[in-house]
Amino acid sequence: MSVRLIGITKEFQDPEREGGKLLAVRDFNLEIGEGEFVTLLGPSGCGKTTTLRMVAGFEMPTSGEVWIGGRNVSNDPPNKRDTSMVFQSYAIFPHMSVEQNVGFGLELKGRPREEINREVKQIMEVMGIAELAHRRPDQLSGGQQQRVALARAIVNKPSVLLFDEPLSNLDAKLREQMRLEIRRIQQSFRITSVYVTHDQAEAMTVSDRIVVMNRGRMMQVGTPFEIYSRPANRFVADFIGRVNLLPVRVERLAEENNLVRGEDGSTFQAVSAAPGVREGGQALLMVRPESLSVSGAEGDAASDTGKLVFARGVIDKTVYLGATVEYEIDAGLGKPLLAVSHDPVDAGFWRTGDRVTLRYSPRAAHLLPVDSD
Amino acid sequence: MRSYGSQAAADLRRAARDPVLLAVLLLVTGSLIVFVLYPLFSVGAASLDVGGGKLGLRVYREVAQSAYLRKAFFNSLMMSTLTAVIGTFIGFVFAFAVTRARVPLARFFNTIAVIPIVSPPFIGALAIIMLFGNNGLITWNLLRIQNFPIYGFNGLLLAQVVTFFPVAYLTLKGVLESMNPILEDAAMDLGGTRWKVFRKVTLPLAFPGIAGSVLLLFVETLADFGNPLILAGSKFPVLSVQAYLQIVGMYDLPKGAAISVLLLVPSLLAFYLQRWLVSRRRYTTVTGKPQQSTTQIVSPGARIALLVFCLIISLLVALIYFSIVVGAFAKVWGFDHRPTLEHFKFVFGVGFKAVRDTLIIAGSATPFAGLLGMIIAYLVMRVRFPGRRFVESVSMLSFAVPGTVIGIGYILAFNHKPLVLTGTLAILLLNFIFRYIPVGIESGKAILSSIDPSIEEAAVNLGADSRKTFGKITLPMILPAFFSGLVFAFVRGMTAVSAAIFLVSSRWNLMTVHIMAQVESGNLGAAAAYSLLLVLIVAMAIALIRLVLKAQYGKFGGSMLHF
Repeated sequence: MSVRLIGITKEFQDPEREGGKLLAVRDFNLEIGEGEFVTLLGPSGCGKTTTLRMVAGFEMPTSGEVWIGGRNVSNDPPNKRDTSMVFQSYAIFPHMSVEQNVGFGLELKGRPREEINREVKQIMEVMGIAELAHRRPDQLSGGQQQRVALARAIVNKPSVLLFDEPLSNLDAKLREQMRLEIRRIQQSFRITSVYVTHDQAEAMTVSDRIVVMNRGRMMQVGTPFEIYSRPANRFVADFIGRVNLLPVRVERLAEENNLVRGEDGSTFQAVSAAPGVREGGQALLMVRPESLSVSGAEGDAASDTGKLVFARGVIDKTVYLGATVEYEIDAGLGKPLLAVSHDPVDAGFWRTGDRVTLRYSPRAAHLLPVDSD
Repeated sequence: MRSYGSQAAADLRRAARDPVLLAVLLLVTGSLIVFVLYPLFSVGAASLDVGGGKLGLRVYREVAQSAYLRKAFFNSLMMSTLTAVIGTFIGFVFAFAVTRARVPLARFFNTIAVIPIVSPPFIGALAIIMLFGNNGLITWNLLRIQNFPIYGFNGLLLAQVVTFFPVAYLTLKGVLESMNPILEDAAMDLGGTRWKVFRKVTLPLAFPGIAGSVLLLFVETLADFGNPLILAGSKFPVLSVQAYLQIVGMYDLPKGAAISVLLLVPSLLAFYLQRWLVSRRRYTTVTGKPQQSTTQIVSPGARIALLVFCLIISLLVALIYFSIVVGAFAKVWGFDHRPTLEHFKFVFGVGFKAVRDTLIIAGSATPFAGLLGMIIAYLVMRVRFPGRRFVESVSMLSFAVPGTVIGIGYILAFNHKPLVLTGTLAILLLNFIFRYIPVGIESGKAILSSIDPSIEEAAVNLGADSRKTFGKITLPMILPAFFSGLVFAFVRGMTAVSAAIFLVSSRWNLMTVHIMAQVESGNLGAAAAYSLLLVLIVAMAIALIRLVLKAQYGKFGGSMLHF
């Protein structure tokens, strides 16, 4: 079912702060469509978990409303809301077997025994934990506990599935595997889902849309592509991945054909611009490191046709990672520029001290407003 | 702008969404006010009552002008201080010998130190009279001394030290066990001698624990009633007994109440000082698993000295229980030591009503106290509601308030409308329930603080209301604390005397009160037989609960009890 958050604000009492309160979430508005997977992404303390807990009913908004499936549930306690949550610590009941854990929600609903057994068995098969049915929680690995928590949430067929940083306690490899699994399960049951994480790769993998939050405010809502390639402001650009930002003056603002001038007088083209960028005003030119190609000082590389010169400079640092090579280039801009080369064998390999030319495609260049945070 | 008031209103609104929870909150808060605060308030009010419905300090002036009562005040403070210091010293030596020096017989010493905790609090006094009294085994039968001056300072100090050093032992054992021996190793590695390491590392690390133990013993000794009633005598008055005598002997309620207040104030001060000390004791706890020390902090000579010391104290404790056992089967203690079952015939015959009453009262108060303790621990740790701090601190008050004060409070509060309970079973039950919840609450809180709150949130999220969450999730998880609370409540219920002595009646009497009466009338054999039976019942109850826990939790289940 759809979820609507209307003008949500949440204050906490905090005697140690000036004014005695902490504004955890401010004037938050969001509509989540039926079957949609939306992720709340942001640094710790940005209000994402508080927002999730208000959907579940564990926190009551100081003002604003929570609607689930066309019904205002703002005053309903958590046990009266049709939401199921997967907790960061999994929250598996330690005194019950796996089977009892998974069946707990159905049992509370008073379903007949046979039906509970059937549903529990089925979901455990889907989750690949059927053989764990009679285990105790302390005999499970982290990944298994994760699956039990997910099975326990899904078996109730909730209107909304909530995830509170569910993968943060797993090791890196299992994390990658589980996020694909979560996406697969969500797709096959088409349950409306809200997911909280501070890990941008996780957010990109699972989400239809991402909400980036900072200090209680929504910074941007969009598809993973929009968030990464067309960020609305400097915070989003910085938080999601690494970025090169150049202060520029906007000469011309035209549909897909923007022209800006750098501090040294050189001009750049950019296809897109975030709202708030004005013609004749200051802006930031954004190019992601993987969109900068590195070539020799003379710029002879044939593969760079159609690309424009971004800057010239000297390689300051090289980090060889096998699949990629990361360069820091001193181009006399104060801050070094970052470039990532993805096929070092083919594209050539540069050493500290080499003079290089950096090129970009205007399609990968994006303009941000200067004062946005 | 919203204020704290509206936060409280929001919390209340949130609690009101769950009617069961709201009802429990109101019930718990209300009953704590009626059965803990109201009696204390009654004591204060009675002490200020100067007649004719007026308030004043006249009664306090009278108390202050009485040289005898001034002496009682001074005696109480001196005796409590001495017992606290000596008891803590012995407790520390015991704990150090058992946990650090690894002396031989460590398990035996542990048992010796735990036995007095599950015994009636005046068993030391009874045994001391049997050993050193007018017809004492040692003073009369062995040494042929007549009228050995055991009543008063000497006898009382001995009895209280023997009664209370185990409390210090248990406290300090925990402190020493939680201290990382690697620190001592490190200090020795840096070139410290054993004695220097003990003085500069071990002792300073244990100091907050030691200070806490001194204060705890001070509070308990000040509140002690059974030992001084038997041993203090008229030449060595103490406050708890004087408060009792004013009320039971002279029917002077205001004066008894005023003496109670004088008893209450130092108790509360020491108690809150102790809580404060414990709360800021951060650096003695270790992270991770306790580690085995590789070097020996104690030299062989010191270990022998510790062993001898512990043996002497153990001998004294053993002597006490030996004389109780022998006394229970001896015809006339001090004169005719031929074995007999006469005293037990009395206990199981004429005197059996007290045994039955005690079992009924302690047995039925125990489950309520245990459950209430868990409910309060849950509310305090897991539910946001206005007055949470209030419920927490009021429920812990009975740790600090001397039984005598509470007993007087109950007869003052429940002897008239709106709630007349004097002479009923209810007054004893309520008194026991509200006095013996703190241990359950404390261990419940300790377990809950180590359990992720999202486990309960998960249950609520899956559709459980607060009653189901508590019954199906919280309670099963804190079961060990529940059993600890049960054992404590039962032991204290069986051995209670200081408050209960005001509340018993001909309809409902207690074994402990009977024992005191037998001692007073010189019938030591019957008193010993009653005491022996009491200790056996308590030991059996603990064994039973251990067995249940073992069946439930495997071989480590037994160690879940903190006894």
